Amino acid sequence: MNRVEGRVKVTGLATYAAEYPAEGVTYAYPVQSRIAKGRIKRIDGGEALAMPGVLAVLSSEDPPRLGEEAQGDLALFQSRDVAYRGQIVAAAVADTYENARAAADAIVVEYEQDLHDVTLRADHPNLYQPETVNPGYPCDTVKGDVEAGLDAAETGIDVTYTTPVQHNNPMEPHAALALWDTEDRLLVYDTAQGASASRDLIAKTLGLPREEVRVVSRHVGGGFGSKGTTRPQAVLAALAARAVGRPVKAVLTRQQMFDVTGYRTPTIQRLRLGADAEGRLTALEHVAYEQSSTLVEFAEQTATPSRVMYATPALRTAHRLVRLDVATPSWMRAPGECPGMYALESAMDELAYAAGIDPIELRVINDPEVEPESGLPFSSRNLVACLREGARRFHWDRRDPEPARLRDGEWLIGTGVAASTYPSRRRPSKAVVTMREGDFLVQIAAADIGTGARTALTRIAAEALGVAPDRVHVELGDSDLPDAPLAGGSMGTASWGSAVVRACEGLKVNGTVGRADTTEEVKRDAELARHAFGAQFAEVRVNSVTGELRVSRLLGVFAAGHIVDARLARSQFIGGMTMGMGMALMEETFTDEEFGGFLRRDLAQYHVPACADVTDIEAVWLDEEDGELNPMGSKGIGEIGIVGTAAAIGNAVYHATGHRVRDLPITPPKIIDLMF
Amino acid sequence: MKTFDYARAESPSDAVRRCGPGAMYLGGGTNLVDLMRLGVARPDHLVDVSRLPLDAIEEAGDRLRVGAAVRNSDLAADPLVRSRYPMLARAVLSGASGQVRNMATVAGNLLQRTRCPYFQDVSRPCNKREPGSGCPAIEGDHTNLAILGTSHACVATHPSDMAVALAALGAEVHVTGPGGDRIVPIPGLHRLPGDAPERDTVLEPGDLITAVELPAPPPGASLYRKVRERASFAFALVSIAAVLDVRDGVVAGCRIALGGVAHAPWRAERAEQVLIGGPATGEAFLTAAEAELEQARPLPRNAFKLPLARNLIVRTLEELAS
Repeated sequence: MNRVEGRVKVTGLATYAAEYPAEGVTYAYPVQSRIAKGRIKRIDGGEALAMPGVLAVLSSEDPPRLGEEAQGDLALFQSRDVAYRGQIVAAAVADTYENARAAADAIVVEYEQDLHDVTLRADHPNLYQPETVNPGYPCDTVKGDVEAGLDAAETGIDVTYTTPVQHNNPMEPHAALALWDTEDRLLVYDTAQGASASRDLIAKTLGLPREEVRVVSRHVGGGFGSKGTTRPQAVLAALAARAVGRPVKAVLTRQQMFDVTGYRTPTIQRLRLGADAEGRLTALEHVAYEQSSTLVEFAEQTATPSRVMYATPALRTAHRLVRLDVATPSWMRAPGECPGMYALESAMDELAYAAGIDPIELRVINDPEVEPESGLPFSSRNLVACLREGARRFHWDRRDPEPARLRDGEWLIGTGVAASTYPSRRRPSKAVVTMREGDFLVQIAAADIGTGARTALTRIAAEALGVAPDRVHVELGDSDLPDAPLAGGSMGTASWGSAVVRACEGLKVNGTVGRADTTEEVKRDAELARHAFGAQFAEVRVNSVTGELRVSRLLGVFAAGHIVDARLARSQFIGGMTMGMGMALMEETFTDEEFGGFLRRDLAQYHVPACADVTDIEAVWLDEEDGELNPMGSKGIGEIGIVGTAAAIGNAVYHATGHRVRDLPITPPKIIDLMF
Repeated sequence: MKTFDYARAESPSDAVRRCGPGAMYLGGGTNLVDLMRLGVARPDHLVDVSRLPLDAIEEAGDRLRVGAAVRNSDLAADPLVRSRYPMLARAVLSGASGQVRNMATVAGNLLQRTRCPYFQDVSRPCNKREPGSGCPAIEGDHTNLAILGTSHACVATHPSDMAVALAALGAEVHVTGPGGDRIVPIPGLHRLPGDAPERDTVLEPGDLITAVELPAPPPGASLYRKVRERASFAFALVSIAAVLDVRDGVVAGCRIALGGVAHAPWRAERAEQVLIGGPATGEAFLTAAEAELEQARPLPRNAFKLPLARNLIVRTLEELAS
């Protein structure tokens, strides 16, 4: 199905948060900390206030009133402490963006600087065990005796992988326009992945009842998690609007996005695996080291996929965290699964080579009957079918397993495989469907962040109602619509679609309107292990002269329940796989150990794949019927595409060169260091 | 962003007259406007020279004169450039993106500034941006920075691809300015950092590049090859422009320039001297490459550029010899 909002997007008529007009609008521009740790002694906005067009200076000199529960980066100007370099410590508000920026430059901030520590190390003395990891999983799990399993193993590996700081980098910068509307409510046009959640968080931060806040995010230019929670620009715009009594826009620059809109924690992951002579795992241990800020604990669930993937009598997973003088890490596409599966699936490849077993067969041999850690049955699990179908399409049987055998001139060619997985969950949602002039209006505070949610919900409603899709109109992206969860955790379509189907069923009964609230339905879901699975295959070319790497083929085969819309699904899968390619080969934000904060804060320096890098990419899926998910029988597909790609590519690099790079990204300098 | 005024120059002499203290010339703006947004460049006045009648590519005997305002895309697409200087067309096309090349001018390409992360971030020290403030790149993020001709004050690289090809070809830059007209050769236009990294080139305030003149194509085969992290839209880790003229197995002529390794497009004169008059063999190419790179002073994170530059020199010459 074509995207229902396709025309307004390509003609430029789709309005994004920063583009809404507002009478008498003004602009806020933040001042960012120049130190990574310490205290603010004094902030002098005198010169700034005297500059043309300047209306206000906001800072902790005169802390604006916030709600008691305001926390982290949203508790703007409340504390004199500096937690990281780049933190927002003041702001100027002026009649134009340029005047606001010039005034922000003129605000003088004096610091009392402390020594900072911004470097994650696996032997950091301040590592600790958080109580839980996101989104509430146990931090550590142990089943069986790992040491005994490793001792008994015929083949064992003990390897450590690292992944760097990565940034989401949606095309649309984070932006907000805040104003008090005619009903004396705060209206925020925000770049949010969920209007309901954003409204609640803004209300809590400002100490307002939620009825007095409205968040509108009709079009969002990508989020990937970075817009999954309210970011400081929304609170800044609201505080500034309150201070100057006029509408205020706060639009972040690309550089500011690197500082204050979250990032994926760097990880250090140690994997110890043992297998018997037949390749059956005797033990699996996955320990992840990661960072958070001193402001808020954010514990990425990196080792959790190892609780899901393979059968083993002994399984230990653990997370250790250290609070550094850095910005708070946050959600980035497939948090946990993405970095965790890079390490696990690379380790499985290493084990396959060590044991002399084909990497696909190793995964098949260890495919579990039930979810390894929990012991729960799977609602459906078709990893083996994905591996087999991928092997067939990729001509895996023609592959010589011996590394560094295949060459085309300067180019060494190799292939690799890795598995993908992502949880299939849903959350309670409301929705209303109304008959209007023979058509059907679906209202729900869902978010379309470029994924095609409008289109998917149109199709789901049309199918539930038994009408043509052009008779269905979906209204979303507004917190005044029926409450809905955010677009995140690959739960959007499953959650919203459930409510839309129930609302449509209601309408069919009463003829004019259907209302749904799936809270009770979701509560009654049977306790099962619900996950999507997939297999990714990569062919990589590594230049033996220059160390350059190119991915010449990428194939993903997924089993993700019923696919709601083939065209949208393909975009999600190949989008995720392309991001996985970026993770494998280029994405890296450099932490500045000397000054704190990040370097390379733009898209010229933070590389993501260009079109020329994506030459042959294919995503296919297996039909999967699973009645234990939701009325559509669908599993979320927003994130699984990125899970496993980096491992497949890294494994292909090993197959091409005979060298194992265990530190992402795999760049020409690293290849050259290994080969010369 | 700092307030500035803008004027469109009527002629080269009008441009020079307008370009007083605090003024900068504006060509395609693909680098300068970025730097203004970042607060790195803070001109009071912009003198727009992009519409001066300096946009022609003309034959001058066996030489080719390229106007300073010729857009990169037009330079790369020009039939004379493509047939006589394919290495130059290839170098230009390997830079930036189609959209950027449509805007960027020849003079602007030469005068673009380093993409060192510290230079581009006004919240951090940089001797090039703020003389005497220090060079954190030496201890910090210098992966993409220089290994040749560096100083204790600066390890920046010049980012241009085009300039590397021009250095190999021995192009000349025509300059007009308050001190009159003159010709500056490439290499020679771009300085090494020394104690004054704030000066990228030998140009004086108010100097305006009006044209780049290419000498007759040197005999032999030529190549431009660029090594980068992704397939498009990335600066060179190392690049090479090379011309090799082999007669009866003997190197009669050779020109090698490297990009991504120095504060200027780096003409590998030592390598050229080693090769000229000697055999065109892989062994000789390796000896030449090593002679050139002996003077390199890599830093821990960019030491990879040494084997990379060596491999690239050897492989490119081998390809040209075959």
